Amino acid sequence: MSNNIWVFVQQDEGKLADVSLQLISKATDLAKDYNSKTGSSVVVEAVLLGEKVKDLASTVIQYGAEKVFCVEDARLKFYTPVPYAKVMVDIIKKEEPQIILYGATTTGRDLGPRVASSLKVGLTADCTDLQIGDYESKGETYENILYQIRPAFGGNIVATIVAPEKKPQMATVREGVMKLNDPDSSRKGEIVEIASIVDDMDCLTEIIERVQQEKSVNLTASPIIVAGGMGVGTKEGFDIIADFAKTIGADVAASRAAVDAGFIHKDHQVGQTGVTVRPKLYIACGISGAIQHRAGMDESAKIIAVNNDPDAPIFQIAHYGIVGEISDVIPKLKKAFTAKA
Amino acid sequence: MGLNLVVLVKQVPDTQNITGDAMKEDGTVNRGALPAIFNPEDLYALEAALRIKEEIAGSKVHVITMGPPAAEQVLKESLYRGADTVALITDRKFAGADTLATSYALKCAIEKIGKYDIVICGRQAIDGDTAQVGPQTAEKLGINQITCVENIEQIDEASLIARRSIEGGFEIVKSKYPVLVTMTDEGHTPRTSSAIKVMTYKNAKAGDPEIPMWSIDYIGADVEACGLKGSPTKVKKIESVVLKAEELQMIENTDEGLNNLMHALISDHTLG
Repeated sequence: MSNNIWVFVQQDEGKLADVSLQLISKATDLAKDYNSKTGSSVVVEAVLLGEKVKDLASTVIQYGAEKVFCVEDARLKFYTPVPYAKVMVDIIKKEEPQIILYGATTTGRDLGPRVASSLKVGLTADCTDLQIGDYESKGETYENILYQIRPAFGGNIVATIVAPEKKPQMATVREGVMKLNDPDSSRKGEIVEIASIVDDMDCLTEIIERVQQEKSVNLTASPIIVAGGMGVGTKEGFDIIADFAKTIGADVAASRAAVDAGFIHKDHQVGQTGVTVRPKLYIACGISGAIQHRAGMDESAKIIAVNNDPDAPIFQIAHYGIVGEISDVIPKLKKAFTAKA
Repeated sequence: MGLNLVVLVKQVPDTQNITGDAMKEDGTVNRGALPAIFNPEDLYALEAALRIKEEIAGSKVHVITMGPPAAEQVLKESLYRGADTVALITDRKFAGADTLATSYALKCAIEKIGKYDIVICGRQAIDGDTAQVGPQTAEKLGINQITCVENIEQIDEASLIARRSIEGGFEIVKSKYPVLVTMTDEGHTPRTSSAIKVMTYKNAKAGDPEIPMWSIDYIGADVEACGLKGSPTKVKKIESVVLKAEELQMIENTDEGLNNLMHALISDHTLG
């Protein structure tokens, strides 16, 4: 068995998913850690499926893959579960990697379980951290296996899951939680073409229409974020947030409650069911700080909390706290910034 | 004719309304302190099935759940809303099942029902949020799957057309039967109980003819593939989420306080 660390690289209409490149980056860290602990020389490899994908493989190599297995077939142009799972299971059985990571996207969370069920191996959903470590159970020690760390119970606990006895160990990983390596255009890697085993009989899903738009905002890349919650009060209240954000060069985010209330589009949602962000500054305005929201932003380098409730939980993770009404504090902050900048 | 519809439901602790005593001191969850509810997205799955039954004459809705005898409650609620038959898959040997072992048991139970056209379940349960049991059950049955379905747009005796959500948009997809569909909470609002049906079923208990209990032997499952034994994943450690205690500096809501804050952020290059 190759024992290598794999990433299923997702592409949609010729564009690589951000999370896949984040996972290539994380996989290179895991491989380094595994090799230093075991003295072995496992590498990162990627699997890329689609109609025409070989041109995308060089980008995957720049982020750290040593080898990219490409399977090209017109019937793989768009993701559908049965053909994708069939191809994945076939390559996995031949190459025997020890770890496979998938982005926790609708595609990754549709494909991963199907592959896991077919191979009868474990799969941990929506991980937020991955580590290499030992596991002891019933007098046996399993060395250097994958710790799959994820929130559970609505974000109230964090569980470390292992699958010690069977390989590959598989996980889907949330977008935005793994740091992206800087691409290295001088990196060399191998592109391996694999013949497709898809049969027309496998094509059980017919895609009649597909509409996908770029997100109106990419918060995972934002260095500064101003976020609003229910305390902003109204849709118009968000104009104050947006105006302040524009002034200081920030992007606008929101809590789930504010999105559900119709104050702003879902693309702006940060938290357990939104995006995970780690900006250098996060200004939380009228956000109480429910655990589901904090899960998406508590890695921010600096957090300013503005809330009219001095007991709001958001203050427990903030570096700076301001007690007051949004409609009062934010215009004052804007004025203060304009005066200093 | 008509379609045979199997709905998979789960009774879950209400993790969305966690109260103070729901977490034990060691950081684990005190399930007893949380009310047990019908998994929200599973209600949307049941609603979708009941609507298909109304649209295609002769269709039947079969609801199954896996859990302890107390899970009879979600089956009763399914009967109140219009399910034709229900079954409780219950056996101590199912304890400790991860998603793989759960989907195997569900597959055995679905095959016990016999002929089925569509299996419908919620996209995910709020206690685990894995969204894995649907696709894994489809794989075990050897059938197609459509996940994250917002709405079933068209349906006839041979195929269905569904709208599923994807990042930044949607897909309209068509599949013949058999197929497994997982529903999100964006579809038709689940109906409430029918008063007449509540009268009919309110005294039913697990083990009564209305709510049969199916054991591991009854569904013909291999004990080695069930419960803890059939689960490749193990929980190594559970921790409560600790708030990263930051050195909180309160800023006075005055022009001076806010000016000083902005000055500090600009001078350390966080801003500007």
